[in-house]
This record gives sequence, C-alpha cells and structure tokens, in this order.
Amino acid sequence: MTRIFKLSFIGLVLFYVYSPIFVLMVNSVNGSRYGNKWQGFTFKWYEKLFENDALMQAAWHSLVVGITSATAATVIGTLAAVALQRYRFYGKGAVSSLVFVSMLTPDIVMAIALLILFVTLGIELGYISLLIAHITFCLPFVIINVFSRLKGLDMSVTEAARDLGANEWQVFSKIILPMILPAVASGWLLSFTLSIDDVIVSAFVTGPGYEILPLKVYSMVRVGVSPEVNAISTLLFVGSVVLIVISQLLLRYKRK
Amino acid sequence: MKMQINQFRFWAIGLATSWLALFVLVPSLMVLVTSFLTRDPDFLIRFEFSLDGWRSVFDPSFISLLWDSLSMALITASICLAIAYPFVMCLMSLPSKWRPIILFLLIVPFWTNSLVRIYAIQYLLGKKGLINDAMLGIGLIDKPLDLLYTPFAVIFGLSYILLPFMILPIYSAMEKLDLRLLDAAKDLGANAAQRLWRITLPLTLPGIVAGSLMVILPAMGMFFVADLLGGSKHALLGNVIKNQFIQTRDWPFGAALSVLMILLLSFMLWLYYRATKLSNRQGGINDSDF
Repeated sequence: MTRIFKLSFIGLVLFYVYSPIFVLMVNSVNGSRYGNKWQGFTFKWYEKLFENDALMQAAWHSLVVGITSATAATVIGTLAAVALQRYRFYGKGAVSSLVFVSMLTPDIVMAIALLILFVTLGIELGYISLLIAHITFCLPFVIINVFSRLKGLDMSVTEAARDLGANEWQVFSKIILPMILPAVASGWLLSFTLSIDDVIVSAFVTGPGYEILPLKVYSMVRVGVSPEVNAISTLLFVGSVVLIVISQLLLRYKRK
Repeated sequence: MKMQINQFRFWAIGLATSWLALFVLVPSLMVLVTSFLTRDPDFLIRFEFSLDGWRSVFDPSFISLLWDSLSMALITASICLAIAYPFVMCLMSLPSKWRPIILFLLIVPFWTNSLVRIYAIQYLLGKKGLINDAMLGIGLIDKPLDLLYTPFAVIFGLSYILLPFMILPIYSAMEKLDLRLLDAAKDLGANAAQRLWRITLPLTLPGIVAGSLMVILPAMGMFFVADLLGGSKHALLGNVIKNQFIQTRDWPFGAALSVLMILLLSFMLWLYYRATKLSNRQGGINDSDF
C-alpha cells in the first residue's frame, strides 16, 4: 500500500514536470491558433516556421554561437581540468574557487558583469561578445565534468608513460585524452545545449545586429500566442533531449 | 624536450587561468566599482565617486519591491522543498537500479529551454487553460479564475523551473546517509517521525541548504518568468536590474543591485558551510562536495 502511494507520488511529480512540454507538443500540431481546443492535426505551423526568414536566421546564428562556444569551452575546460588534476601551481586554489563561484553566480550578475566589461573595452555587442559570454558560462560545466572523470581514473599509467620517456603533451594526447574522451564529448554536448537555451546572459550581451533564437522567441511570445513558437519549441525540446541522452550514454560508456 | 614539457603545462594552466581572471574575476570587480560611480547621461558612467547607486537601493519604494522579490523567492524555495524532500524519500525506497532512471527523467526537461517551458505554462494557467478547464469540469469553480498575471503564476513558474535544483542536492545528501544509523535508532526504539526529525533531517541539512541556495538566487533573477507570467505588475529583482541596464540606463544602481545578489550568495554559502559542519559533528560524513 505505501509502495503504491510512493510510486504514485513520483509519478505525479514526473507528470507535473512533463505536462507543459506535452501541451506544447500537442499544440504544435493543433489546427487551432490559440490552442484551447483540438481542431485537427496539421503541420502548417511547421511550414510557417520554415518560411519565417527572421526566425530561421536567428536559429542559424544560435547554431553558430552554440557550436563555436561549445568547442572553445571544451578545449579550454579540458585543459583546465587536466591542469587542476595533474599539476601544482601558484594560484591553484584561486582557480578552483573561481570555477566554483562562476558556476554559482546568478546568470543575471554574470550578464551585467560581462556587459560592463565589453562596454569598457569597447567590444562591439554581437557575435564576439556572445561567444565570450557563452564560453564563460559553459566553462565550469566542462571543467567539473572532465575533472570528475579524471578523479575516477587510475593515473599510474601516466607515470609509467613518463618513466618510459613520454613528455607531458604525449601523456595528454596519447593516454589521458583517449581515457577521458566520453566526458569531453559529453561536456561539449552540455555546453551546446546550455548555449542554445540561454536567455538571461544573451539578453544583455547581444546587439541588435545579431539576433539569436531564444531572444527571438522571447520577443515573439511577449506579444502573444504564436503557434510557430510551439513548433520551434517542440523541435528545440526534441533536439535537446537527443543531445542529453547521447551525452549521458557517453558518460556511462566505460572504456575497457 | 624540457621546452615541450613546459609548453603543455604552460598552456593548460595559462589558458583557463587567464580566461577566468579576465572574464570572471575582472568583470566582477568592475561591477563593484561601477556601483560607486556617477551616472552619466551621455557615457553611461563617469569616473567620479558617488553613493547615488547605493542610495537608490535603500530607497523605501525600492525596498518594498526587493522584499516582494525575496519573499517570492523564499516561497518558491519552500514549495520546491515541500515537493523535493518527500520525492527523494520515496525515490530512496525504490530499488537502486530504478533511481538513476527516474532521476534522469526528471532532469531531462531541465536541460531544455526554460523560456519555452514558461511559455507553455501560459497555456496551463490561462483563462481557457487546462487548469481552469479541469476545475470547471469537475465543478470545483463556476467561472474561470484569473491565474495568469498574478504572484501565484510567477511562483508557479519559478518553482516549476527550479525544482530539479532542489531535488539534486537533497538526493546526493540522502545518498551519503549512513543507513546503519537509522537501523540503530530503530533498534533503540525511535519511531519513524523521531528518526526523520533527529537523524535524517539534520544529516541532510547541507543538501537542503545547497538546494535553497540554487533555488533562491535564480528565483530573484529570472526576469522572463515575471515578464511572461506576472505581467508588468509583479517584477523580480532581475527585472529591475535589467531595466537599469537596458532602459533607464542607471548603471550604478543596477550594479549595486548585483552586488546585493553577490552578498546574498556569500551569505548562503556561509550557511552551507555551517550546515555541513553541523552535520559532520553529528556523525555525518566528511565529504562536503555537492
């Protein structure tokens, strides 16, 4: 009896978490414009979506920012995790607390901090400012992801390699990197989804000349219901789920 | 050879260190400095010391807004806790191979666009939305309630978005709990309520504090939730900060508000360390990572 009660409580919470997403998905193929009643299955919102040039352009920008920032964050973050795990250096404690702090800092504080920096340095708000901002908020996630994988590895192989004459670069590229590759790949995917989904930081650091998808969607839903948003949201949701499932599978994947 | 060794080390350490210094440390310091500068209509700020930004923070009309935002964040955290704690306890009673799957199902939506999910909640809470329809259908009410554009809607949206942030730290605290302590208490005659109150709660306190930290701060900053669900009347601290930077252009005031958020973060981190210390003394585990 208590077991049934517990399972239904868990079920209820999961239902609560998924119901808004489910409503969006249903409405994306609903003939009714306002989505109150079911008025037949249709793909017309998806068609309208692909005809909306401004939205497509914003989606393309998001994709470019997502791919470039995820790649840069993964490279920097992986090197940082390896450095934090392998080396002792001056200021190491400060670096790990900066990682920790930047992960906990509310998005809005990071957003205005970067905005002040960009304006002071005279960096034009647009692609470059977005790229820097996205790399910065993805970085701690990559570092922590890779670092926890490194912690679980047997590092005696690297010592053996050093004894046999490998230099640090060879140890990294031939031994460490292949071992941590799943965590690196999952770090990239996480960064990419974070970048594609960000609203708060991007709202501050982008300029009028470079519109990205979440902000375009934001300006569309502020003025009212728009069924194309249901369609793009469904696509975004499905895309994110696919990437997240891949990244989790990669993390679980154990190298023999 | 020596050269190469140092080169890899140099890049691995240098790249991340300089990135974090340049784009995390320096901007944070700049926010602090900006909060003490003078507002300038043409150049945004002037390098001249002034307390105007901080004076606006302590303005009575603003204090009431700040209080509203803080209380909404606290209510949000309480709702998340009220759902998350029983949820985790139910989860822990399941076979261990099910737990990661359920947890994973819970986290998937968290990685998807939060803006889009808030927009979806508009459908649920609207006059002709599902919640009103359902309540009308079973005869609980006779005309649709105004759910949207109320503080209730904002709190609903915030707790919906932030729930996983409460569940995860509590789950990791619960996982570390030494079950033998509960067995021992049972043998010594403690009932279920006593075991919860005297053992489980104190030992999972760090998880509760960590979860609250991860809910309260974002709950004050997520301006789009207030925009889409609260209309223009129910603003969060995040909306005020955004206005100062994008519309009103009062940067010192906006910067002072951000410093305020950082102070709140530091206070909550301090609470977290106190909570871990407390639970360690009471026989918990020394591991304090979350």
